[in-house]
Amino acid sequence: MVQYARTRFDASFAALSDATRRGVLEQLGRADASITDLADKFHMTLTGMKKHVGVLEQAGLVTTAKVGRVRTCRLGLRRLDEEAAWIERYRQLWDARFDELDKVVEELKRKEKVDGRKKRE
Amino acid sequence: MDARRESEPTPMKNRTTVERKSERELVVTRTFNGPARIVFEAWTKPELFRRWWVPKSMGMSLRSCEMDVRVGGKYRLEFEPDAMAFFGTYLEVTPHSRLVWTNEEGGEGGPVTTVTFEEKRGKTLLAMHELYSSKEALDAAGTGAADAMVETFAQLDELLLTLGAS
Repeated sequence: MVQYARTRFDASFAALSDATRRGVLEQLGRADASITDLADKFHMTLTGMKKHVGVLEQAGLVTTAKVGRVRTCRLGLRRLDEEAAWIERYRQLWDARFDELDKVVEELKRKEKVDGRKKRE
Repeated sequence: MDARRESEPTPMKNRTTVERKSERELVVTRTFNGPARIVFEAWTKPELFRRWWVPKSMGMSLRSCEMDVRVGGKYRLEFEPDAMAFFGTYLEVTPHSRLVWTNEEGGEGGPVTTVTFEEKRGKTLLAMHELYSSKEALDAAGTGAADAMVETFAQLDELLLTLGAS
């Protein structure tokens, strides 16, 4: 389950790592928009915007639907599974703590070595 | 900074895992590159504990950290800038191998935390086990965390850095 959460997270975070894509999400949070609208708004080619929307779609953050000749984008319905999300968040907190704890352990190990040397001298 | 220190081989980062073992239990595991007595010391001496327990990414720091590590002894962690506090009682203290404490900040029936230290070939496998009084209590703890998940994109950026994604 945790592994599954990770894959989802990786896709979502990769999608969110780009400023344009975050902008698109903010825009879609206000109103649905066509790819043409979005391309105009972000001063981009249609092809470029299609690529960005594709990444967001893959991550489940955006859905698109073609009506006639217009492809409309809206915020995706597939949200991060809540439990998976909080477990991942909790893991990140402990991971950050343990990275710091690693440093403390290394320092104590060094100290022990030095003290051991002193005792033998 | 210190060239000699930087040239020492960096120990490989060990992976932290979190698993919901049952409806009421959550388990975090991690291996540390040091003997159990050292890892245990870092969990039981307040001046060491406070150095790692509040990582920078939490955006808070500890104002005080009191730990009376013996059976029946109390601990209390106070944060700043807000006055949030975590406190409870040690139920079991077995040097270098096991710690059990209550978490009383949420009132009665709070979770009980058990930490075990298992040494193998100079490394320590640490398991932190949290037992909640009910499925609902664990779900509620998670919902709080899930609410915090609704963040600004700036905060998501920070998470991204933590994850090392690009």
